[in-house]
Formats: sequence, structure tokens, C-alpha cells
Amino acid sequence: MFMQIFEYNGSALVAMVGKNCFAIASDRRLGVQLQTIATDFQRISKIHDRLFLGLSGLATDAQTLYQRLVFRHKLYQLREERDMKPETFASLVSAILYEKRFGPYFCQPVIAGLGDEDKPFICTMDSIGAKELAKDFVVAGTASESLYGACESMFKENMEPEELFETVSQALLASVDRDCLSGWGGHVYVV
Amino acid sequence: MSKSVIETPPKGGFSFDLCKRNEMLAKKGVNSPSFRKTGTTIVGLIFQDGVILGADTRATEGPIVCDKNCEKIHYMAPNIYCCGAGTAADTEAVTDMVSSQLQLHRYHTGRESRVVTALTLLKRHLFNYQGYVSAALVLGGVDVTGPHLHTIYPHGSTDTLPFATMGSGSLAAMAVFESNYREGLTRDEGIKLVTEAICSGIFNDLGSGSNVDICVITKGGKEYLRNHLQPNPRTYTSSKGYSFPKKTEVLLTKITPLKEKVEIIEGGGDVMEE
Repeated sequence: MFMQIFEYNGSALVAMVGKNCFAIASDRRLGVQLQTIATDFQRISKIHDRLFLGLSGLATDAQTLYQRLVFRHKLYQLREERDMKPETFASLVSAILYEKRFGPYFCQPVIAGLGDEDKPFICTMDSIGAKELAKDFVVAGTASESLYGACESMFKENMEPEELFETVSQALLASVDRDCLSGWGGHVYVV
Repeated sequence: MSKSVIETPPKGGFSFDLCKRNEMLAKKGVNSPSFRKTGTTIVGLIFQDGVILGADTRATEGPIVCDKNCEKIHYMAPNIYCCGAGTAADTEAVTDMVSSQLQLHRYHTGRESRVVTALTLLKRHLFNYQGYVSAALVLGGVDVTGPHLHTIYPHGSTDTLPFATMGSGSLAAMAVFESNYREGLTRDEGIKLVTEAICSGIFNDLGSGSNVDICVITKGGKEYLRNHLQPNPRTYTSSKGYSFPKKTEVLLTKITPLKEKVEIIEGGGDVMEE
């Protein structure tokens, strides 16, 4: 049967920048093509207190990639005795994905973190590590087309955390309602 | 499969371990994903004092624009810049790699990098991968031997030209160049011509869009005019923005205060003594 590998599990991820804060949100559905097998799946994981990583796409590759990245980050923490900056982490993820250029992981990461002086940093990549840094919002997953539209209209500069949470949730819920492969609510992290 | 107990970070270069699995998936009818391309119009021209490079700023993922303002003019050396078209990850990775190699070469030789050095490093890498590293580049710079402009194709062939265009919008831009280019352009005339060529790509080619980036390189130095022209501003947003009268239904809230990192300074922070 023909299927797109990115549409095997279904996912929706969005990250937005606010005033000295960021929000990263994902849907909660895990499916095998059209059958739903879990409604509380965690797509966003914490790398350290001020850095979160969301992985959309094939769930098995997302888990493997997450474990590899946590391993590399722990090594870094042991060597440097501090946490990784978000920009550095983004370069690390990009390098790990590009290494598999001709046999890639079927994942699209969304990285969100607070850098020095609480400056928020968000970025997304395609499955071979092409970084896309944005100043406002980034999206990934099967619902990405609707998410682009929703975020484009709902985003405002310098939102406070409460307003940012509201905007991100509304954008996510509106977009997953238009996508059959993602849904069942959302997890939102505001830092 | 790794035979060692600890998986050490790999030594560099490409790793092909997932290829077998991906081939197996392909046989089962799974289509491989589309990568981010940079659609693109990239141009370069030589004017009387040096080189001018120009690029649009749209990055596409299939039919969707994923980045409205990406940077396609990459730094190689203080006197050499490179525009990239094709698969975005490939152009970024290849230009970063050659930029580091040039830096090491500069430390080794103690001299300013030459454009032909960058050219040879790039073409050798691309030919090595027989076109699978899909990067089409316009490389320009000024070194001790004068201003140079080259184009590099994904299979590794190169051309040395007084004016060049690459990318999906290259025909539109080349039309502008062929009609208006002449030798000995001044800086302002050159910038104007490059802007016109990129704009023609932006408006006539669907894979290019948004803003115009320009980079002027002369013997004296370089000038990177990011978003030199913005012919596609965002004018359709409403100033009052969205308000959500019906709030989102929150099922669970968990607030975790972040711990303050405590720094321990031993011995009053004195420097090590002999």
C-alpha cells in the first residue's frame, strides 16, 4: 500500500516566541496510518531546564534520535560542566541529521530554548538538517500547512506568557481540527 | 551494528547505517520525504572594483514556503562569499565545511584565501558524490589575483564567467543580465542591475520570492546588504490582532519553578599559584 512515511504516525508541532519566553506545543495522537493507538503521546521532551525538543514524523525515529541527542548532551555536560546553549544544540541536531544524508531519519525536529539573558530561540529543520531559524514561529508535522496559516494570522510580537499560551493553543487546536492524522488535544510548554 | 560497548561519536563524513532500512521501506511502497529546497534565484556579476552577489530569500518545502526570509549568501572567507541553490541542507553543509577548510588553510599558509582554492575544494567534494549532494553554487570573491566569479553545478563542473545566474529563476535573471550587462559597471549600476535581475526572478519564478539580499566584495572589504530591497512586505495583518473570547479548556496545569544555579568558587577565586 502506498503511504507517505511522514504520515505514518501523524503529528503537529509548533513553537512560538514571546517576550523573554517561548511556547512549544504538540498534539497528543499517536496512530498507525488511520488507526489511533494512543491519545496521550509525548512528542516534546526536555533536554535541560531551558531547552525543549519536539520531534515530529516517524515515532520510532523520533525516539531513537531523542535518545542519541540526550546522550550527546550528557557528554557535553560532563565535559563543559554547563548546559548547552540552544544555538549550539541546534547545530548538533543539524549535524547528526546531515550525517545520515543518504539514509535519513524520518523526523523533523523543532527546538525551542532560552539563551543568554532570557532571549528566546526557536528553530526547525527538515529531515536532513537544513536549519530554519525564525524570529516569530516555526511549525512541523502533518498539520504544518494549516499551522502555517493559523500562526501567520494569530501571531503578535512580544506577547506575555499567558497570551502566548492562549495563542499557541488556539493555533494548534484550529489546525489539528483540519488534519485527520493529528489531534486529541495538545501539550503546551511555556518557558 | 556497533560492536563496542560505548557508542563513540562518529569520526565525520556520511554514515549509511539507515540506508538498508529505508530501502526496505521503499520496497513496501513508502515514498521518501521531500527535502527543503531553496527554489531560488542567485546571481553574481563582476564590476569594475570587484564582485556583486545577489539572492532572493524564499525557502520552499514542496509547494509551501517554509522560510520567508532565509539567508542564501553564505560566508566562505572574509573576501569570498557563496550563494547556494538546491537542497538547503546540502548547500549549508558544503559551504560550512569548505569555509572551515579555508580557515585552516589560512592558518597554515598565513595568506588570504584565493577564490580558486574554494572552487577546487567545492568541486572535488561535489564530484566525489556524483551529484547526489545537490548543491548548485555561485562563488565570488576578490583576492590578490583580482575579482573572480564562478558557478559550480551539483555534479562538479564549474564555469568562470563575468556574470552568472543559477537556480529555478536563473532564466528570468539571465534575461535581465544579457540585455543590460556591460563591462566596467560602477558600484551603484552593478547593485541596480543585480537587484533588477533578482526581482525579475522573484516576480516571474514561483520558487523564488520575498526579499533581495546583496553582497558587494571589493579589494577593500565587503558589504553585506541583508534585505536590501523588500518588494513583498506583509501588509495584510490587522493592527488589533486576534482576541480569543472563548478561552482554551485546560485539563492540567503544572508549574515547575526553575532552580537557581549555585556557583561554588573555591579559595576565594584566586588564580593558580606557581
